[in-house]
Amino acid sequence: MNADQLLNNSSSSSSTDRRLRILAKHLQSTSSSAMESNTVVSASPTSAAGGSVFAHIVQAPEDPILGVTVAYNKDPSPVKLNLGVGAYRTEEGKPLVLNVVRQAEQLLVNDSSRVKEYLPIVGLADFNKLSAKLILGPDSPAVQDNRVTTVQCLSGTGSLRVGAEFLARHYHERTIYIPVPTWGNHPKVFTLAGLSVKSYRYYDPTTRGLNFQGLLEDLQSAPSGAIVLLHACAHNPTGVDPTPQQWEQIRQLMRSKALLPFFDSAYQGFASGSLDADAQSVRMFVADGGECLVAQSYAKNMGLYGERVGALSIVCRAADVAGRVESQLKLVIRPMYSNPPIHGASIVATILKDRNMFHEWTLELKAMADRIISMRQQLFDALRARGTPGDWSHIIKQIGMFTFTGLNSEQVAFMRKEYHIYMTSDGRISMAGLSSRTVPHLTDAIHAAVTKVA
Amino acid sequence: MASGMLSLTCPSSSSLSLPHHFKGGAAAAGKPKLLNQASVFGKRFVNTESFTRTTMAVALNVSRFESITMAPPDPILGVSEAFRADTNEMKLNLGVGAYRTEDLQPYVLNVVKKAEKLMLERGENKEYLPIEGLASFNKVTAELLLGANNPLILEQRVATVQGLSGTGSLRLAAALIERYFPGAKVLISSPSWGNHKNIFNDARVPWSEYRYYDPSTVGLDFDGMIADIKAAPEGSFVLLHGCAHNPTGIDPTPEQWEIIADVIQEKNHIPFFDVAYQGFASGSLDVDASSVRLFAARGLELLVAQSYSKNLGLYAERIGAINIVCSSADAATRVKSQIKRLARPMYSNPPVHGARIVANVVGDPELFNEWKEEMEVMAGRIKSVRQKLYDSLRAKDKSGKDWSFILRQIGMFSFTGLNKAQSDNMTNKWHVYMTKDGRISLAGLSSAKCEYLADAIFDSYHNVS
Repeated sequence: MNADQLLNNSSSSSSTDRRLRILAKHLQSTSSSAMESNTVVSASPTSAAGGSVFAHIVQAPEDPILGVTVAYNKDPSPVKLNLGVGAYRTEEGKPLVLNVVRQAEQLLVNDSSRVKEYLPIVGLADFNKLSAKLILGPDSPAVQDNRVTTVQCLSGTGSLRVGAEFLARHYHERTIYIPVPTWGNHPKVFTLAGLSVKSYRYYDPTTRGLNFQGLLEDLQSAPSGAIVLLHACAHNPTGVDPTPQQWEQIRQLMRSKALLPFFDSAYQGFASGSLDADAQSVRMFVADGGECLVAQSYAKNMGLYGERVGALSIVCRAADVAGRVESQLKLVIRPMYSNPPIHGASIVATILKDRNMFHEWTLELKAMADRIISMRQQLFDALRARGTPGDWSHIIKQIGMFTFTGLNSEQVAFMRKEYHIYMTSDGRISMAGLSSRTVPHLTDAIHAAVTKVA
Repeated sequence: MASGMLSLTCPSSSSLSLPHHFKGGAAAAGKPKLLNQASVFGKRFVNTESFTRTTMAVALNVSRFESITMAPPDPILGVSEAFRADTNEMKLNLGVGAYRTEDLQPYVLNVVKKAEKLMLERGENKEYLPIEGLASFNKVTAELLLGANNPLILEQRVATVQGLSGTGSLRLAAALIERYFPGAKVLISSPSWGNHKNIFNDARVPWSEYRYYDPSTVGLDFDGMIADIKAAPEGSFVLLHGCAHNPTGIDPTPEQWEIIADVIQEKNHIPFFDVAYQGFASGSLDVDASSVRLFAARGLELLVAQSYSKNLGLYAERIGAINIVCSSADAATRVKSQIKRLARPMYSNPPVHGARIVANVVGDPELFNEWKEEMEVMAGRIKSVRQKLYDSLRAKDKSGKDWSFILRQIGMFSFTGLNKAQSDNMTNKWHVYMTKDGRISLAGLSSAKCEYLADAIFDSYHNVS
């Protein structure tokens, strides 16, 4: 296309074409003034009557995970069931705000000495210390040696993004290995942060369990120093976790290749019901004196979803390194959102530092975890009783909020259309969205899908 | 940006059983020596020749982040840190723009306290917001900015996405520009808020500056501004401060705004407003939004980042919005969908608390009126310390120097015209904390301290060069 054609091609919508059009205008206007007067007479792209500077921007599809809830909300059916996003629901199908969270909020709102001044870039100091203690353990030598820098971030996503941006700028290996499958947002977070994303084998569809051999092989062949994303517990979406023995092997392999662990810990306490048990994988790595990153989220285990509370911890070999790393994390955060939101972090700090509230939290946490475990059992029993073809034992073997059903996308679509059951297209269901009352409906739907749809 | 990585080469043989070497690694004898070695050799420590087991152990004991340097403190937020460390009783913090009462205490607005109590009583849940934020917040924030009956809103031509205060909203817009307007430049005033450049740098959006501040008049270099906007490549984004320019406090007049709009229109530039002080500058929400509304009324497409940090005192709650005024409802829908795609890998969805506070205050007529009164008090206090500071300086300074710019400037900040050496003198001698560009935050000044500040400014201006 020559400059004239580009200028006249007002229907072109790509940003490249738009850019070329703008360049063409420059070229035109440097020629004779006679030409100028012909070409400058065009409606301003920003005028209401004319076109739009945004003409080339197309409609984005809904986010595959959050979009499930959007679709669910639009559905008028009275029997609809949302098993999409991982947000806990009570037996009555209602969202839950923990008692201990309400208590903490009361204290905060009624404390007239509290102000809303900007937090430091790294967030609330108490919150940071307590969060590190929570994941690394109260007696962690890494914490005692001041080798850990912890910065408050926007829940798990924000912690992952800040950590990844930091690595993309300061770490020599800019490749991160993520398990197949993984949370849908992981590759986007890392790519936009400037890392290149590769994968390692994880889920074995034939056993509906861990492809441990494949995992070891793929990590073995990764370049020395590469970053490896590990789900600390309750792998999302599969619910399949390595055993402690397998974790130890993974650790040895990774240390021998100087692979850098980046833990995503979104379910501490929520998976098994025990905060310590769910932190074992992370603590195992930290205990060997090596370095790692940990992204923590309080969305599920404290039910603080919308408050966006989380933390990024970087465990370093030495205290002075941790100090310098922290200073560089601030340079990532400041141009992104300046400093983090205070409300959720204050709730967490209030609970973690009070012995009684902490204890009450562990009870409420266990109750949530137990309800999910019982839903697993109920669904498994119901499918067995129904005689639904297939081995459904993975439902009770998998751990955490999600079950990777093994249903394919056609079956998923069928269940949405015929039974108004909403889940992500990979067949992942959130057990947290299930209740004793709705198990029968889900059982019917799975049975129908498995028997009618290939 | 390569970091000088210490090569951690080691044999792939499994005979190297690390757990034994690194049990309680921190306590390994000789560790202090390792660190010294690492810092002495720095980036050059790649000893591949004498590959003994000890060397390997040494290499492996060194952090992979060893070569990372200490970053400098943030020039604005770092000022408060330095202030806190100062033990002198006369110290005055005029660094960050956070409002203080006459007693120099932080201020939580009454309407905010009321809103929070209401929210607590209602016992709302804490479910994830949609990626674009709280719908009721998005509605009221666009109406507050453009006017509730603005045809643009009625025609659904405004895409509004809740963002993390002003910074976060600017960052979303920057990400949109980077992706959909590749190569397009953002024009930033000289000077501007220090973090603007960082935001565009990190978002990989090129920028250049337009003249703005004229040191000889301590006023607006209007001709320079117009010339630079004209000279920029067509289709540039022009970053404009909606009101109360930060750091100078110097705003264009309504007539000048018209001319700026003419030039922007002529060059097919896209206006990009940063509105961090609506209501805070003049005391009137409508007056402070008039520049934005002027441009919108011309049918221009524009970007507007909003913040509720100052005008609702919600600093730490991180509540703001990015608004994109488009030429059609269809464009607004598409643009909004793409902003969501940029927010999701950044933080998934925004925090609910601050958004609910704003929605409650702005959405309730009684609270809204009460808010307007509180805002007038805050803006009024700032105007009165401006007057007092000016009066004190006039009384002190018989040299003929004209300090009246203090009265003409508007908003939280005053650009004193002091240079870096003079600003340093303010801090080192007088324990007055401000940013190095000569900016003082009047929000941090009490009338009781005006005299002292006048002394400090007088001394720094006349006795330091």
